[in-house]
Amino acid sequence: MRLTKFLIGTAMVLAAVTSPVAAKKKDKDAADAAPKSSFNKDPYPSTYKAYPGVPTAVTNVIVYDGEGAKFVNATVYFRDGKVEGIETGGAVKDGYTVIDGTGKWVTPGIIDVHSHLGDYPSPGVDANSDGNEATGPVRPEVWAEHSVWPQDPGFSRALANGGVTALQILPGSANLFGGRSVTIKNVYARNVQGMKFPGAPYGLKMACGENPKRVYGSKGQMPQTRMGNMAVNRQTWARAVEYKRKLDKGETVTRDLAMETLAGVLAGEILVHNHCYRADEMSLVIDMAKEFGYKVSTFHHAVESYKIADLLAKEGICSAMWADWWGFKMESYDAISENIPMVFKAGACTIVHSDDANGIQRLNQDAAKAIGDGRRMGIEVADEVAWTWLSYNPAKALGIADKTGSLKPGKMADIVLWNGNPMSVYTRPDKVWIDGALMYDAANPKMRPVADFELGQPGEGDVK
Amino acid sequence: MKRFLLGCAALIALPASAQTIAITGGKVVIGDGSAPVENGTVVITNGRVVAAGAGVAIPAGAERVDASGKWVTPGIVAGFTRMGLVGVDAVDPSNDTEARNSPFNASLDMAPAINPDVAAMAVNRAAGVTRAIVSPDAGNAIFAGQGAVIDTGSDLNPVTKAKAFQFVEFGETGARLAGGSRPALIAAFKTALGEASDAAKGIFRDDAMLKRADALALVPVVNGTMKLFVHVESAPDILMVLALKKDYPMLSLVLVGATEGWRVGPQIAAAKVGVLASALNDLPESFEQLAATQSNIGRMKKAGVEVAIGMINDNEARQAQLSMQYAGNLVALNKVPGATGLSWDQAFATISSVPADIAGLGGEIGSLRAGRKADVVIWDGDPLELTSGVQAVWIDGVKQSLVSRQTRLRDRYANPTEGALPNAYDR
Repeated sequence: MRLTKFLIGTAMVLAAVTSPVAAKKKDKDAADAAPKSSFNKDPYPSTYKAYPGVPTAVTNVIVYDGEGAKFVNATVYFRDGKVEGIETGGAVKDGYTVIDGTGKWVTPGIIDVHSHLGDYPSPGVDANSDGNEATGPVRPEVWAEHSVWPQDPGFSRALANGGVTALQILPGSANLFGGRSVTIKNVYARNVQGMKFPGAPYGLKMACGENPKRVYGSKGQMPQTRMGNMAVNRQTWARAVEYKRKLDKGETVTRDLAMETLAGVLAGEILVHNHCYRADEMSLVIDMAKEFGYKVSTFHHAVESYKIADLLAKEGICSAMWADWWGFKMESYDAISENIPMVFKAGACTIVHSDDANGIQRLNQDAAKAIGDGRRMGIEVADEVAWTWLSYNPAKALGIADKTGSLKPGKMADIVLWNGNPMSVYTRPDKVWIDGALMYDAANPKMRPVADFELGQPGEGDVK
Repeated sequence: MKRFLLGCAALIALPASAQTIAITGGKVVIGDGSAPVENGTVVITNGRVVAAGAGVAIPAGAERVDASGKWVTPGIVAGFTRMGLVGVDAVDPSNDTEARNSPFNASLDMAPAINPDVAAMAVNRAAGVTRAIVSPDAGNAIFAGQGAVIDTGSDLNPVTKAKAFQFVEFGETGARLAGGSRPALIAAFKTALGEASDAAKGIFRDDAMLKRADALALVPVVNGTMKLFVHVESAPDILMVLALKKDYPMLSLVLVGATEGWRVGPQIAAAKVGVLASALNDLPESFEQLAATQSNIGRMKKAGVEVAIGMINDNEARQAQLSMQYAGNLVALNKVPGATGLSWDQAFATISSVPADIAGLGGEIGSLRAGRKADVVIWDGDPLELTSGVQAVWIDGVKQSLVSRQTRLRDRYANPTEGALPNAYDR
């Protein structure tokens, strides 16, 4: 049953590194005390390189730029991996490969702020279940990138059916502090370093509510209650504050990977992504963040955000939501289909997320359902405005909005050409470019990635 | 006082279903795979469809409902669910899908457990789902028990047909439940059906594997008077199931899941076995689903298989309301090179008449053909489209409330900030 995924699929841990400047690795065993608290903050650096592309003009399309603007009968230009611009009227400029997009739409690639591809990959067998280090409720020391299997067939489905060009892989939600997340480009590579989004900050997964208290409470351990959740959280943050104070003073500390992550959060270098369903618990987390001096980037799942949409708007915290999932567990019982439009109407940061290898293929469809449900209660959201839920807002939540998430000139050419209106159920990606390189083409079976796992097995290379 | 009460009761008892209602001017979908009819009329009376389509005469005195600019369809029939058995999935006391610690299996009867008060009923009713095929889940044996066909109406009589089928797990899950392997699964299955055959003759052995009640529950399966729904995913396992007919020729099989059905479509069609297939599985989620593709249903249909959309292991206790989106996605495949989709008309049939036919109730539900139960939905647009919504629902000719606790929460928090009193006073 997929229920298991809902129950513990979503938790994050904090991981952060505090002090500046990478240490030189040569001298010491990394596990030992690092002199002057100096250590490498990027020991598994991105080796992602954009694949080659050609200067391209996609003509005669309707464009949603990802920041709320719409262009009709437009041409989108990109070259050298970057967006050049969107133009309407006039002849197509020379020097571009022209793709006639008559009857089609162009949008920025979708960014999923909540995925477990790679750490809960397909096939979903025990041997591949690497998303929850459920051996203790405080595990900020684990990093999701050390679990990501870059051969997950799910990446190809998210690309070809979902138009997803970037995603955040999170640890699960068994733990209060689930571990460090990683943001990746949706491009297959031989190792996770080859997928890592260059320059993306780390995230820390935290989790409220049922999962941590159930997982540990059932073992007779703390936390067993929501108050236990908060107590463990606060004690952990208190330690982190103390650890960071030592680091900031330049005192010698024993390396503590958990504390490094938390100190990175306190320094504002690592973004907190907090699995939290209920309005009352989100409200407590907001105060806890103030108590210890950090900021929550995004509440994930957030099925009760509509109850505190005003508070979330005031605090500047994003909600990453489904369109209509509800009722699989007690803390999702008050989920409503109007959550997304109600959060949007309140002026709070609105994101559509998946948390699911199937849902990630239909995030645009979730946005469309939310538009319809909003309309029926009198909240009108234009399609091009709703696209901010799918690309720009998630990019902001991940700290990469200066690089991708919209079609502003100079940004990464992460672009989807849809074969119709992308808010329609009858529409699918036609072509997907990542950093200006064509990575999927519906018309060309050779442009359909096939993960190692699927080679030589039934269904290899099929249209999925 | 007594008379007053009786009078009221009489008023209430004057059943809405006895009224004749003519829904006019809408785009009418019959649900049998035929094309929608523009400016059609649907006439219902006494809880049944009298006529639907073009050129339908409106009886004198009929209550008219104007559906101009709208779509009018049969209620959605959810092809494989566990709706009515679950309040909240993870709240165990509210979840009656399986009974891991029960000594019984095949004899477990879901019908009495169907709870019309679970939130999923109102939520799915308001979304246009009026009937559902409801299956037990297997707890500690390959046989799970007897499923039902239900309606989602706002009354305390949810069961359309009790003991509509027996459910059995094959494939990886069946192997696990049988002790750890497919050979063990086959042994368990054959032993169970052997004991059922004995039970039909009044023979009960002391060393029997099954409880007497379970053996008796399988008698109609062996003699073919009760359908056997078999959850099976891979192509080899589907062939294993189809081969059962050699030993048990009377079996009335229905395949559930059937992710790799497209690989053996001609064999399934030749066996005349219906399929309640997962619509959008396209990941090798397990070693029995390696060849998963969204083209599965389209390819099976093309091979001549009678196939409807089911939702096994896919939020099936609550999310039958996704049926329309799933069907729409199968239409989307027509624009994807190399994929095989369904026409709109076929796609709608996979969530209306075809599941009804597979459940053996095509004469009763699932379409607006004359004589069917008057389950009718008015939509504000294409029912398969994402932004469309439901405007009215009738079940058995009775107009339904579209209120659920979700709509109540929506209304309470439309403005979340407290007014003169806490939100708890706002209702």
